[in-house]
Amino acid sequence: MENIAIIGIGMIPIKANYKTHNFADMAWETVNAALKDAGITIKDVENVITTSNDFWDGRTISCMAVGDASGVREKNCSCVEGDGTFGAFYGMARILSGSYGTTLVTGHTKGSESISSLITNAAFDPIYERALGPDMISGCAMQARAYMERHGISSRQTALVSVKNHGNAKHNPYAQLPLDISVDDVLNSEMIADPLRKLDCSPVSDGCCAIILANEEKAKKLCQKPVWVKGAAFTSDAYFLGDRDLADPRSLAAAAKKAYAMAGITDPARQVDIAEVYDAFSYQELMWLEGLGICEPGKAAHQLEKGRFNVGGGLPVNASGGLLSGHPVIAAGLYRIAECVRQLRGEAGAVQKDGAKIAVAQGLNGVAGQSHCVWVLGADK
Amino acid sequence: MEQDLSKVTPLVYESRIGVPYNWWAGQTASHFFETIAHDRKLAATKCGQCGKVFVPPRKTCPECFVDATEWINLSGTGTVVTFTVVSRKLAALGSRNPPVIFALIKPDGADTAMLHILGNIAPEKVHTGLAVKPVFVENPKGHITDISHFEPV
Repeated sequence: MENIAIIGIGMIPIKANYKTHNFADMAWETVNAALKDAGITIKDVENVITTSNDFWDGRTISCMAVGDASGVREKNCSCVEGDGTFGAFYGMARILSGSYGTTLVTGHTKGSESISSLITNAAFDPIYERALGPDMISGCAMQARAYMERHGISSRQTALVSVKNHGNAKHNPYAQLPLDISVDDVLNSEMIADPLRKLDCSPVSDGCCAIILANEEKAKKLCQKPVWVKGAAFTSDAYFLGDRDLADPRSLAAAAKKAYAMAGITDPARQVDIAEVYDAFSYQELMWLEGLGICEPGKAAHQLEKGRFNVGGGLPVNASGGLLSGHPVIAAGLYRIAECVRQLRGEAGAVQKDGAKIAVAQGLNGVAGQSHCVWVLGADK
Repeated sequence: MEQDLSKVTPLVYESRIGVPYNWWAGQTASHFFETIAHDRKLAATKCGQCGKVFVPPRKTCPECFVDATEWINLSGTGTVVTFTVVSRKLAALGSRNPPVIFALIKPDGADTAMLHILGNIAPEKVHTGLAVKPVFVENPKGHITDISHFEPV
């Protein structure tokens, strides 16, 4: 694959409720932050991919709410309905096609403006499943049980993910929920859908993030400190939960394998310095680390207990605080990519992994992680 | 332009998208619901190539990418593969009140599990591997709720 770089990132703080901003306002700030970060103007952006979901926004052709704020007039703009990592993948593909030298990719949601449970219920099959009343939380709760029983993982162990990530969020001015909590705090929080307690679940959030991708020629011309895309891939599992082995993150493993192969990574457990993974729920951080080949199946909890994934540990995971500390769906994967970029540039401040060269960012789509998109990023070309 | 909103009563525009949909179930799902109504059985499809038995039934085999060739009627008795007890009144539950037990149930003879609700059992008694059977309603309407719930065998 030819060399593709991320030359700019822009984020706004993740909040429970952005009362002062509509989607366009959020996009305006984020896009301008990304342009400023890249040191370019909107004229240098050759095409735009927005990531949004009509149902979350309450608006069909939802990308049009942020179109003007993303500078799309007279440009080719398309929308990806899915996580930001998928939007970014399409944005990269457009550069690889040879048609464009740069792509601006944005992602937004305001979870505060509707009812997540009803929206995620609508992802279920209307003939066979929807009327029963499942949603993202009950679907993932079933996956949590399957995973934890398969490997003998306890709620005390998954609670550690929440403790770590909320604690990391204290150092992230963009995080919604920095918290000083203990494992007991998690275990005493309200049971939502067994085994998921309130502090095992990410919150409902508003957020917006933008990244700017460029081919090598443009990156050289425009950017001082590009971060390089070493590999990127995405893979789907079956749609019906009952068709899948919910304890086995096979589509993630397949995507990771492809992305690592592109990046020339043969031993991710040793070669990856830092990771930002999709911790919509505490158990998911453990499952996804295993799917990413950073741990053997069932072994992530033990490594977490030993401190390997802490800031200051061998492989900090979600040093940003992750989604447990703020989960704007859709934008979520772009925040993961942006946080990796900060680390690789040495701009992560108190949670910086010294000398970080290789980072992995992961996003997902669908109930209980049906599809996954893995990005391997490098400080060097 | 920053404003202190703490002393302001916000004017909130409340809206709702109430768009009706009329979905045709298709021949495959129609046969599934007819089999419940006439035979009190769960109709599953079998792929002639790989032999996998799918419930809910499929017109095509998603793994082999060919037409599924055979219908097989299952009693619906099976095992709980995984489950959750929902304690909070999540909006998706609609008129159901917690505790609601969702489960993926693998009917004997099938290679997949199907989503449904467990009833007639205390939440603490549910476990992976529990043997359950479907309970059908008196007057089926051609809807997934023609199976009222699954309960212990």
